[in-house]
Amino acid sequence: MSTQALFGQLLIGLINGSFYALLSLGLAVIFGLLNIINFAHGAQYMLGAFVAYFLLNKAGLGYWWALLITPFVVGAVGVVIERLMLSRLYKLDHLYGLLLTFGLALILEGAFNHAFGSAGMPYSIPESLQGVQNLGFMFLPNYRGWVIFASLAICLSTWFLIERTKLGAYLRAATENPTLVQSFGINVPRMITLTYGAGVGLAALAGVFAAPIYQVSPQMGSSLIIVVFAVVVIGGMGSIMGSILTGFGLGIVEGLTKYFYPEASNTVIFVIMAIVLMIRPQGLFGQR
Amino acid sequence: MRFKLNALAAAAALALAAGAAHAQISGGVVKIGVLNDQSGLYADLGGQGSVIAAKMAVEDFTAKDKSLKVEVIFADHQNKPDVGTQIAGKWYDAEGVDAIVDVPTSSVALAVNDVARAKNKVFIDSGAATSDLTGAKCSPNTVHWTYDTWMLANGTGKAIVKTGGDTWFFITADYAFGAALERDTSAVIVKNGGKVLGDVKVPLNTQDFSSFLLQAQSSKAKIIGLANAGGDTINSIKQASEFGITKGGQSLAGLLVFLSDVHGIGLDKAQGLILTETFYWDLNDQTRAWSKRFAALSGGKEPTMVQAGVYAGVLHYLKAVSSLKSDSDGAKVVAEMKKIPTDDPLFGKGTIRADGRKIHPAYLFEVKKPSESKGPYDYYKLRATIPADEAFRPLADGGCSLVK
Repeated sequence: MSTQALFGQLLIGLINGSFYALLSLGLAVIFGLLNIINFAHGAQYMLGAFVAYFLLNKAGLGYWWALLITPFVVGAVGVVIERLMLSRLYKLDHLYGLLLTFGLALILEGAFNHAFGSAGMPYSIPESLQGVQNLGFMFLPNYRGWVIFASLAICLSTWFLIERTKLGAYLRAATENPTLVQSFGINVPRMITLTYGAGVGLAALAGVFAAPIYQVSPQMGSSLIIVVFAVVVIGGMGSIMGSILTGFGLGIVEGLTKYFYPEASNTVIFVIMAIVLMIRPQGLFGQR
Repeated sequence: MRFKLNALAAAAALALAAGAAHAQISGGVVKIGVLNDQSGLYADLGGQGSVIAAKMAVEDFTAKDKSLKVEVIFADHQNKPDVGTQIAGKWYDAEGVDAIVDVPTSSVALAVNDVARAKNKVFIDSGAATSDLTGAKCSPNTVHWTYDTWMLANGTGKAIVKTGGDTWFFITADYAFGAALERDTSAVIVKNGGKVLGDVKVPLNTQDFSSFLLQAQSSKAKIIGLANAGGDTINSIKQASEFGITKGGQSLAGLLVFLSDVHGIGLDKAQGLILTETFYWDLNDQTRAWSKRFAALSGGKEPTMVQAGVYAGVLHYLKAVSSLKSDSDGAKVVAEMKKIPTDDPLFGKGTIRADGRKIHPAYLFEVKKPSESKGPYDYYKLRATIPADEAFRPLADGGCSLVK
């Protein structure tokens, strides 16, 4: 394999890795702070892409507006879900949250499939990001370059917010001992609700990033979510930095597999997951 | 006592089975099962649209011939051969289904093909592509209606090689259909003086094709052949335009592109694609009239050739059952379908060959530029008509054991 082709595959791996990182980040935030395994994450990502599509076609608002508005719209949906349903499950086993969100995902996807069909809808790359850069070893579409950059920026700022700020410290404290934090006058239930909304907003943001690359289609989430779960498991449930690094890392591993043995590109991540679970069950970056 | 009861039950079952075999129309109703992808990447090219088409065929048939009572049911095979086999077995055995129709996804179609033969029922395929259904795997219980991989290769492949696209690289869906399509297209390319430089086999339902497109690009082949379908084709074409593949002088050949795919890609990215189909809603007055009825029932979507094939196949099946006045012996019904000439508003007059292949013309289309299109679904312009006797693989070449 020529070095040219190798660089090309590495870069493409990095692009896919940005999506894995962005999605597993939301999952890790929700799991780490709420202890909910959010199986609806893929559906919420799909919802993000659809909201962008509607904003463009019904309201005439383009990509940049979608990037701004969508996370809040879908995040608000998340807040409603958390208040009405998830909040009733915190005292029960993890499994119930998983089942509830899984059911929600199936309902959402089924409804969108019924309403919009499976071939999906086209969403164009915004004018300002069209075109390609000739890097010598490959053509990098400007849009994909933007996705890598934006995803890295969002991942790192989320990490910073949770691990290095006072607000993040409250959040982490509230998961350790909610009663104690509440006694300091902090409204813990509201904080948890907003955290779930933020995690869902991250998924929606990834959906907007994905809309111009893939079809805006009801299955776009379900084909990605399983991989993303594997990423979270490999990185260590609840570890923010772990899921970011693992997301990018596995994107690269998958990219290389696509070159050397494409038939296995769907499964390589799960093979790694199985090995990691055997050797280090808490995940690469997990504690305990 | 227990043993006696069991023996009694077995005897009763035998008596029932024997009774059914003698009945004219089993269960008093001709039951047709539409088995296809209802929710995944092939749901738009078949899906509920195929169910609508089957029901339209029943409606049109029973309006003229009131002797039959016909019922249509459907299920989702999820593109999984095991699921398809299980539903087919249950339908044929327990639910009194006489004929299964549509069944896209070649791997599932080949599995249902075996089930129908083992149980001596009828299988009319419209959605699947593999030419093996009427070749090595041909069966006296199966009719393959709409299209196949040989026909696609012969249409699109030949047209492209003839206009100078003589070196190819394949991006192939990694299952029975992709393999058959690549094999049949390669044969056409080589026969017409072209060369295949390489291929990459991609798992079904892949989201990101950029890695494979780069491999195709570095092969320096003039033509990148997409031996995939549905959502996979849509993603490949979109991403090829994104990575500037076509700007670098390479062209894409979508070997199996449906109307619903072009609708999903959008004309700005799909324009100029050359593709082969056997049905297009805007071919003539009859297809337009039928498609108008279809669109009214399907929320405005125009029919794909797969859905058209389901309609025509069901219509012809009912003619054969009515002429035999029996639906209980699957092989006999299929023999009758082969005996009477076919005639329907969508594919015109035609025949079904000894190997189960339905014969009709194929059309080479080019996707319109956005400026040429008058609106949604006005997507194709006709480049050439391939006459019925040239459109499909010659009877002798398929290796079907039914051909003597």
